[in-house]
This record gives sequence, structure tokens and C-alpha cells, in this order.
Amino acid sequence: MPLLTRYFIKASLMYLVAALLVGGASLARAPLGLPAWVGLLQPVYYHLLMVGWVTQMIFGVAYWMFPKFTKTQPRRSIPLGWVTFFTLNAGLLLRVIGEPLVTLNPAAGLGWMLVLSAVLQWIAGVGFIVNTWARVKER
Amino acid sequence: MPRLAVWIVRTSLIYLGCGFTVGAYMLLNKGLTLDPNYRAWIYMHEELMLIGWMLQFVIGVGFWILPRFMQAPKYGAIELAWGAYLILNAGVLVTIAGGWLEGPGSSAALIGRALEIVAAAAFAVYIWPRVRPFLVG
Repeated sequence: MPLLTRYFIKASLMYLVAALLVGGASLARAPLGLPAWVGLLQPVYYHLLMVGWVTQMIFGVAYWMFPKFTKTQPRRSIPLGWVTFFTLNAGLLLRVIGEPLVTLNPAAGLGWMLVLSAVLQWIAGVGFIVNTWARVKER
Repeated sequence: MPRLAVWIVRTSLIYLGCGFTVGAYMLLNKGLTLDPNYRAWIYMHEELMLIGWMLQFVIGVGFWILPRFMQAPKYGAIELAWGAYLILNAGVLVTIAGGWLEGPGSSAALIGRALEIVAAAAFAVYIWPRVRPFLVG
């Protein structure tokens, strides 16, 4: 299993645990009397689960298992793979921190965190598509 | 990778690109609010990501990787799988268009959902006999 795949899969497992913790906290907010801001974490929960866990797991396994690009470049571009990993995770973490902060205090000037998060995650998506497209081929 | 798997997985990658673009547009507007109606895109974003990308990618990889038959046709009733692929994508597009133009509860969006259910059932019927031990039958 390539090093990058291990990073993708281990990161996705951490997001799975984080997502379930956030989802559990959202459910338990009223009965346990947790702070009101916990109720703002629903979009964060969805994206931890769907981007952090599912999409990242798919990215890692596809990078490993899909047909080889060429004999000399089996996984097409390794640097682009790493760019995908870092931009996806930096973008998602910025969202996890920035989204509740912006919702709680819209006038604090923290909107840039969400803009940067959007750009980083978009770059990750495009990076994965570019690196994977030519590996999806008939034998 | 068989031809149909190439079509399914590449289609899912197109939806991934569209879904990430719509999602980035919404998140960007959550930070800057250039478009105050950015929340109107959420239905399209969910459909692109959940059905167009994730579900379709899983179907494509399943078609590619699950055990084949030892005798021809090795991929079984492939026409049924092609049908599932075409109906699924018709369903996604109709659901998105219906939701965008008339709202998520519109009759067009419901027709799109019905097409997706038909596609899922068709794929389940197709793939069922391929879910078995390797090198048998």
C-alpha cells in the first residue's frame, strides 16, 4: 500500500471518529445541557462524515487500487496526489473551525477562513479528478 | 477495467467535479455573501455528491471488481447493467432539474427519484449472482 494511501485512510479514520463525536454531541445537546453553539455543528458533522471519511477513503483506495497509468508512472503524479491530500485536509479543517465561528459572530471578519477552505477543497477535488481520470481505462 | 465500469466511474468523477464546485460556491458565499441566495444550491449539491458521485462510484467499482463468471458472458446480463447506468443518470439529472426549477417536492423531482429507485433495483438484480465465492460456476 503506497504511503499516500496510508495517509488518506488513516486521516479518514480519524475523521470518522470525529464525525461520530460531533454527531453524538449534537444529539446530546438538549438532554445533557451542552452549550447552544453545539447545535451549529450539523453542517460540520455532515462534512466530516462525507468529505473527511467517505470521500477521503475513496481517494486513498482509488489511488492505490486503480489501473496503473504507465509502468514508469503507475499512480500518475505522486506530487499531485500529495497536493490533493493536503488541500483536502487543510480545507476541511478550516471549515470545521471557521464555520461555527462565522455563524456565531458574522461581524468578526473570519469569512476568509471559509473562502480559503472552499478554494482548497475545490483544488483537492480537481487534483483527484486530474490524477485519476486517465487511470480509469479499459485493459 | 471493463468498458461500462470506465463509463460509470468517469461519470462519477464528472459529478464529483460539479459537486465540489457547487459546494465551494456555497461555502465561499457563506464567508463573503456575494450571492445572498446561495442556499438555493444545496439540493443540487447533495444530489451531485451523494447519488452522482458516491453512489455511482461504488456501483462502478462494484461492477469492475466483483467476481465474474467463468463462462461467457463473463459479466452476466450486461444490458441490464447498462440500463441501470442510463436510468440512474437520467434520474440524477431529472431530480436536479426538477428541484432547481420547481422545488425538491415537485413532481419532476419525484420522477427523478423514481428513476433512481428503478436504477438501484436493476443494478441489484444484475449484480446479485456475481456476489459469490471466486472461481465458482
